[in-house]
Amino acid sequence: MSAHEPHGNVEVVADPIADPGLAPHLPRPTDVDPAKEKRAERQVATLFGLSAVASILFAVAYFSFAIGEEPDLILGFGASHVTLGLSLGVALLGIGVGAILLARKLMDDHEIVEYRHPAASSEEDRKEAIAALTQGIAESTIGRRPLVRNSMLAGLGLLGVPAVVALADLGPLPGDTLAHTVWGKQKLMRLVQDVSGTPIKPEDIEIGQLINGEPEIFYTEGAHEELDVQAEKAKAAIIVVRMQPDEIKAAQGREDWGVDGILCFSKICTHVGCPISLWEQQTHHLLCPCHQSTFDLADNGRVIFGPAARALPQLPITVDSEGYLAAQSDFTEPVGPSYWERVEK
Amino acid sequence: MRFFNSLAGRLSQVRRSRLAAPALLMASLLMTGGIVAVITPASATKYSDDADAIAKGRALFLVGCSSCHGKNAEGIQTQGGGQYGPSLVGVGAAAVHFQMETGRMPMANPGVQAPRKTVNYTQDEINFIAAFIAAAGPGPAEPTEAEWSVAGATNEQIVRGGELFRTNCTACHNFAGSGGALPGGKLAPALTGVAEKHIYEAMLTGPQQMPVFSDGVMTPQDKRDVIAYLKSTENSPGYGGASMGALGPVAEGVFVWIVGLGALVGFAVWIAAHTARTKKGSNA
Repeated sequence: MSAHEPHGNVEVVADPIADPGLAPHLPRPTDVDPAKEKRAERQVATLFGLSAVASILFAVAYFSFAIGEEPDLILGFGASHVTLGLSLGVALLGIGVGAILLARKLMDDHEIVEYRHPAASSEEDRKEAIAALTQGIAESTIGRRPLVRNSMLAGLGLLGVPAVVALADLGPLPGDTLAHTVWGKQKLMRLVQDVSGTPIKPEDIEIGQLINGEPEIFYTEGAHEELDVQAEKAKAAIIVVRMQPDEIKAAQGREDWGVDGILCFSKICTHVGCPISLWEQQTHHLLCPCHQSTFDLADNGRVIFGPAARALPQLPITVDSEGYLAAQSDFTEPVGPSYWERVEK
Repeated sequence: MRFFNSLAGRLSQVRRSRLAAPALLMASLLMTGGIVAVITPASATKYSDDADAIAKGRALFLVGCSSCHGKNAEGIQTQGGGQYGPSLVGVGAAAVHFQMETGRMPMANPGVQAPRKTVNYTQDEINFIAAFIAAAGPGPAEPTEAEWSVAGATNEQIVRGGELFRTNCTACHNFAGSGGALPGGKLAPALTGVAEKHIYEAMLTGPQQMPVFSDGVMTPQDKRDVIAYLKSTENSPGYGGASMGALGPVAEGVFVWIVGLGALVGFAVWIAAHTARTKKGSNA
């Protein structure tokens, strides 16, 4: 309670600021000055005329310059791009600005007041509509013919069946194909370089090296023709890296999965499946450029940063009888992102 | 004597021409340059067997490099077991040429990455240091012009280089070779405007965080194809208009939404801002 609080009721003015009403309507310069009106007329006509000329120029430019020819004729940009873009831009802009000038300077300028009305129909109209509906239902006789009513409901309801059945075209269900890659198709499948398809000898790989690889089956005539090559290649993609053997912390059971510091991992990120090869040779970190998941390849592909939930699958490798790098087996777990049916081991 | 005087007089008449002075200067400069070129011994390209070059390189190394890399290029370890400067035994002359000819080494200050900067060493000094490092342990030698030159690359080689580039390089260096970010403040530099030889040496030696692409796996021809592809994209005009550095969809999207759409909105607001009104003749 403060001593300065006023006692009793204070009179409050109901409307302290009077409603100023609408501002007086002032004419535009073009309404009162015939010279200005003429000038605005010429401006609008000029803009519309400019648009017409630009449209014709567009057609001329289209047939004068082919895409790809004279690619740096105008300020280092292609003649076709610049002339087509400018002429069409001027054509559209001319019509737009001309129309706005017309509306603002020359069109009739009287002010209109329009009152808002309730959105609902009148009571009368609504009653009439409901009466018509009730009468329609009664006259259709559905209410007293249950056989017709029930068969109609069955017919309409079962129309959903074709829609649901057609969803099967989204399939077939993947089954266990997600759990396997072509690395398991044959024993000791060689690791080859992507693009060139050449097999890899351990002695050709230096410390700090990165190789983007694929299984040899895709580069062998007659071996992969019955496969869905794009899908299988995407799953089987690998990266091969070499680091100092004493820097590798192999997990139990993985001691013999590498060859003298050469390790092989799936190239597919376990988060949402981006191919990764952003490899920092000094830190042994592999970064996925999509969402910054980072894997430590010296530590069994462990996730050290980012949204990936599982370590990068490692492919056990060895050397075959001719001295080339080859896979001991398929990946021991599904590669790529998680999915519902995935069984955790 | 009179003869010389008259000759000088005649010459001075000729020399009145406005072009005489620049022409004379040009001629004398050309002559001096020619003489220097003739009497200078052909730049020694093979220093590695030369004990004198190795000694000079060692002297330079002790001054400019040893504070991080150790007096015998053996590297310096920090107390925590990390590397202050890595060992250079076995990195080869190619690594020295790459690091020093692009100004990356010596570093101006410690940091996560040695950036490209002005080169303060002469080519001879770099050659000496390369000879010293080559003598410290076997490593890749400086590639010859025949190895890195992509003059006369065929279309087929350029296309193949593109495939190799997209498979092996784009993860870090961007699809157009514009470079990209790496974790921890590091970056993969842009590849535009880089000399063919330095791209070759980078693939051969794997500088800093970049992986090695050794000759045994990525053959010299593969490397040349990649360089040929890079040079061909670098020199091809932007058929689609301004490339804006080809940094990718985020940069281009920001430009379109902020600058492009912003300009349109601004223009729309401007043309619809207000209509001029006049009090003159308001009784009309």
